[in-house]
Amino acid sequence: MITISGLTKRFGRVDVLQGIDLEIARGHVVGLVGPNGAGKTTLLKTLLGLTHADRGTIRIDGVPIGDGGDVSYRARIGYMPQIARFPENLSAAELFTMLRDLRGRPADLDEELVTKLGLESQLDKPLRILSGGTRQKVNACLAFLFRPKLLILDEPTAGLDPLSSAILKDKILAARGEGATVVIASHIMSELEELCDDIAFLLDGVVRYMGPVRELTSTTRQANLERAIAALMIREVA
Amino acid sequence: MNSVVQKVVRSQLRDALRSRWLTVYALFFALLSDGLLRFSGSDAKAILSLTTVVLIVIPLVTLVLSTIYVYNAREFTELLLAQPIRRSSLFAGLYLGLTLPLAGGFAAGVTFPFILRGGGDPLQRGALLTLLAIGVVLTCVFTAIAFWIALRAEDRLRGLGMALGVWLLLGLLYDGAVLVVVAVFSDYPIERPLLALSFANPIDLARMLMLLRLDVAALMGYTGAVFQRFFAGTSGIALASAALAGWVLVPLTLSARLFRRKDF
Repeated sequence: MITISGLTKRFGRVDVLQGIDLEIARGHVVGLVGPNGAGKTTLLKTLLGLTHADRGTIRIDGVPIGDGGDVSYRARIGYMPQIARFPENLSAAELFTMLRDLRGRPADLDEELVTKLGLESQLDKPLRILSGGTRQKVNACLAFLFRPKLLILDEPTAGLDPLSSAILKDKILAARGEGATVVIASHIMSELEELCDDIAFLLDGVVRYMGPVRELTSTTRQANLERAIAALMIREVA
Repeated sequence: MNSVVQKVVRSQLRDALRSRWLTVYALFFALLSDGLLRFSGSDAKAILSLTTVVLIVIPLVTLVLSTIYVYNAREFTELLLAQPIRRSSLFAGLYLGLTLPLAGGFAAGVTFPFILRGGGDPLQRGALLTLLAIGVVLTCVFTAIAFWIALRAEDRLRGLGMALGVWLLLGLLYDGAVLVVVAVFSDYPIERPLLALSFANPIDLARMLMLLRLDVAALMGYTGAVFQRFFAGTSGIALASAALAGWVLVPLTLSARLFRRKDF
C-alpha cells in the first residue's frame, strides 16, 4: 500500500506537482493518466527517490521514504523507465548479471519474459546494436527480473510491436495475480482499460480524479475510458 | 572499497575497454611518445616535449570526453538509482569507472615506447614517473570538473560549451593573462601575487611540478621561473602537490554533493 500526501515539487519556475494526494491499494493496478507535462513522470520518479519532493510524504507499507538514506525499499521495486539507454558496449546478459550483483545475487529470478519476448538470441550482442524496440524489451525484462512487489512502469509498451506488447500486458496481469502492486503511466487508454483496476487522472500537478475505471466511465456517461478521460479533460480545462 | 562501488566500476571499465575512444586515446599517446623518442635524440628532450603536449591534451580530452560520458550515462544512472544502492556509492563508481580508464590509457600509451626501449634512459626515469603522475592527477582534476559541469547543466550543448570554456580559460587565456599582468605591473614586485595566481590553475601547478623535477625553468613560462626561485627543492614540490590534491578534492566533493541532491 502506497500513501502519498501533500506532495509538491517545483522545477525552477514550474510547479510540476502541486499537492498530490493518492492512495494506492496493495495488489491493485493503477493507471496514471493526464496530458503531457501533468507531472506523471515526476510523480513516478519521486516514488523511486530519483527526484526529491519539496514537501509532502510518501509511505510504502507505512514506512516513509525520503532523504533519510534508507535505500532498501527499492529492493522491492521494479522500474521500467520511459527511455531505455544502456552502456553501449555491454551485452544484455552482462547488464542482467551486473544488476543481480548489485542486488546481492538473489537466487529466485523471473526470466520468463526473456524467453517469451524471444530475447535469448540477443542476450550476448552489444546493447548498442540492438534496435530501439529490442532495448525496450530488455528494459521490460529488467523490471520483472527480481520479482518486485511494486512495479513502476513509465509508458511500458511504447516502441513494442503488438505481439510483444500483448506479452508484456499478460505479464503485468500475471504479476498482479501474484499480489504485486502496479503503477502505470500511459497515454494509451485502451491498454489502461484492459489492465487497470483504478485510474488516477493528473492535471497541472494535482490528482483530479482517482477511482475504479468502471466508475469513471459511468459517471462521465461515456462508452470507454478514452472518451471518459477526454470528457474529464474538457470539463476540467473549461 | 564498498562492494557496490566495485561492481559499478567493473561494469563501466568493461564498457570503456571495448570502446573506441579509449583505444584512440591510448594509441595517440603511444605514437606521440614513440615519435618524440625517435626524433628528439634524448629521453630528456622527449619527456619535456611530451609534457608540453600532455598539459594541453589531457585537460581538453578529459573535459570533453567526461562531459559526454556523464550525459550519455544519464538514463543508465537513473536505472541504477532505482536499485537499492546509495547515491554516494554510485557516484564513486561512475567517477572511478571513467577516471581509471582515462588515466590508464594515458599512462600505458606514454610508457609503452619507453618499455620497448628497455626502460629508456635510467637517469630520466624519475622525470618519466613525474610526468605519469601529473598526467594521472590532471585526469582526476578534469573528470571531477566535468562531472560538476554535466550535473549542473541540464542541457548537454551548454555543458559542452562550459567544459570547453574551462579549458580555454585554464589552458590558453590564463597564460595570456599572466603575461599581461607581468607587462602592466613590471615596475612592481609582483612575484608573490603571481605565485598566488598559479595556485588558481591546476595546469600551471602541474607544469611547475614538472619544471621543479626537470630543472628547466626557462622553458616553462613566467610563473614557473618565479615559483622555482621561491620554492626550489622539496618544499616547493610538496606545496604544489598539496595544491593539486586540493584541485582534485574540491571539485570532487562539490560534484558528489550535487549528485546526492540532484533530481534526475
